[in-house]
Amino acid sequence: MKRLVFSLALLCALGLGVFWWLTAPGAAVSAQDGAALESGGDRARGEIVFNAGGCASCHMTPGQSERTVLGGGFALTSPFGTFVAPNISSHPRDGIGAWKVADLANAMLRGVSPEGAHYYPAFPYTTYAHAKIEDVRDLMVYLRSLPAVEGKAASHDLQFPFTIRRGLGLWKWLYLDTTPLKPEPVQSEAWNRGHYLVEALGHCAECHSPRNPIGGIIAAQRFAGGPDPEGHGFVPNITAKGLGAWSRADVSELLATGFTPDYDSVGGSMAAVVKNTSSLPKADRDAMAEYLKSLPAREGPPRPAKQASKVD
Amino acid sequence: MIRHLLAATALLACATGAFAQSDPIAERQQLMKSLSQSARAPGAMLKGEAPFELSAVQATLKTFADVGKKAPTLFPAGSNVGHDTAAMPKVWTDKADFDAKWAKFESEATAAQASIKDEASFKANFPGVARACGGCHENYRAKKN
Ligand code: HEC
Ligand code: HEC
Ligand code: HEC
Repeated sequence: MKRLVFSLALLCALGLGVFWWLTAPGAAVSAQDGAALESGGDRARGEIVFNAGGCASCHMTPGQSERTVLGGGFALTSPFGTFVAPNISSHPRDGIGAWKVADLANAMLRGVSPEGAHYYPAFPYTTYAHAKIEDVRDLMVYLRSLPAVEGKAASHDLQFPFTIRRGLGLWKWLYLDTTPLKPEPVQSEAWNRGHYLVEALGHCAECHSPRNPIGGIIAAQRFAGGPDPEGHGFVPNITAKGLGAWSRADVSELLATGFTPDYDSVGGSMAAVVKNTSSLPKADRDAMAEYLKSLPAREGPPRPAKQASKVD
Repeated sequence: MIRHLLAATALLACATGAFAQSDPIAERQQLMKSLSQSARAPGAMLKGEAPFELSAVQATLKTFADVGKKAPTLFPAGSNVGHDTAAMPKVWTDKADFDAKWAKFESEATAAQASIKDEASFKANFPGVARACGGCHENYRAKKN
């Protein structure tokens, strides 16, 4: 009996050890490498990263129209509770004004805070993890040039056990892929640029893919559409299955004006995405269109029948 | 008998006529479709599928401005249900902001009529006006599907 208890205790300790090891936050950039990142960087290029990454969609202060006022406060509802985007303005106390480039790199590329805690993947670092370190540096130069906004955003309102950040380590172990995107030499330069913009910055797949019950994207149905992660409506399939009849110019046009090929205009959360993509150079929108149009047709989850809304 | 029939027909005609006239939901949806229709020509020019033609762009902008003036009157209280309307409740709970969005749409379309003189100014200024469509749909129109 004593032996059994002992082995159980050992097993439990071992399990906890594995949990601790699996969930330990790891940094992308050491303090040493970080020092070199503090010099250089290009604001104009950083602005492109900002728009391609769609940071304003979540971090701009709601209820005003300046995309550069990044006071946070936007609430993202999810099955796990409500996440509130924090203040990432240049304010030294309430924003990230005191951050180093390395801090931003660890946040975006690994989902780890300066204090070494895990971030929730509501912050789409699963996408940004593929970004180039030089792009993070340029982005930081741009962010530092934006106005400081005073005041912290509200805290998240989550259900137990999602309140425990350490547990996110397990989730990351399953779903966070930090390998940089490899260029595909057989594809055109525009395709490769589009690949990078869509997969490392645009986080298009975060909305346009179905998720499993613990919030991981179902890989085989990436871009094949699914229920809106925020709970209302359905996000369309943007593989060849959904966009088969669209030309590359049609896709590029949608990213510039929000017009679909029949000149209806997209709404919902896509309208905010169009505000981001319309601020990019046209060549970048064309490149994204080139990449999207190359996605093979994938069958998505069935669209729920439209709710009967006829009252008359 | 004939008289009854005539009277009934007349009454029916009146009723349906009046109904069509006082049906703001159908009317605004028709008006919205006309916006899409008129965006076609400049859209094709933006995509490089049609040559630039200033008069067509100006006609579209005029339609936009006219619709912007007329549309706010087509969302009277009580027209929030029926006819498969996709207008969200916020149209009525936040009416001042909704009306301001129309006013902005109209003024942007009017300003663009003055600022668009050639292909370059068209490419620079038209997309901004077009984005006003999504800027309003984002908050006030339920997704079509
Ligand atoms: C889909 C919404 C969304 C987008 C898009 C987004 N973020 Fe965030 N971001 C969040 C949320 C939510 C958090 C809070 C995460 C947490 O508390 O674990 C966050 C946290 C952060 C933090 C940590 C702030 C702190 O005080 O610890 C930084 C820095 C940040 N985001 C920068 C960015 C940048 C730069 C971009 C664009 C490249 C971006 N975010 C895009 C939602 C978003
Ligand atoms: C925040 C969630 C979200 C993100 C991020 C997002 N989309 Fe969308 N997208 C939507 C929604 C919702 C719709 C449907 C809009 C509607 O029906 O009015 C949509 C519609 C579209 C459509 C039109 C499809 C159709 O059949 O009508 C295209 C194309 C598209 N998105 C491409 C993209 C690209 C490219 C990106 C990345 C740059 C992206 N989306 C990022 C939510 C998102
Ligand atoms: C100020 C707000 C606003 C602006 C600006 C606006 N719309 Fe709309 N739109 C709406 C609302 C609200 C509805 C839903 C109407 C309903 O179903 O009752 C709608 C519906 C539509 C529909 C669907 C009509 C149907 O039922 O078949 C189309 C198409 C459309 N809009 C196109 C456009 C285009 C194109 C533009 C820009 C040129 C535009 N809209 C500008 C608010 C707006």
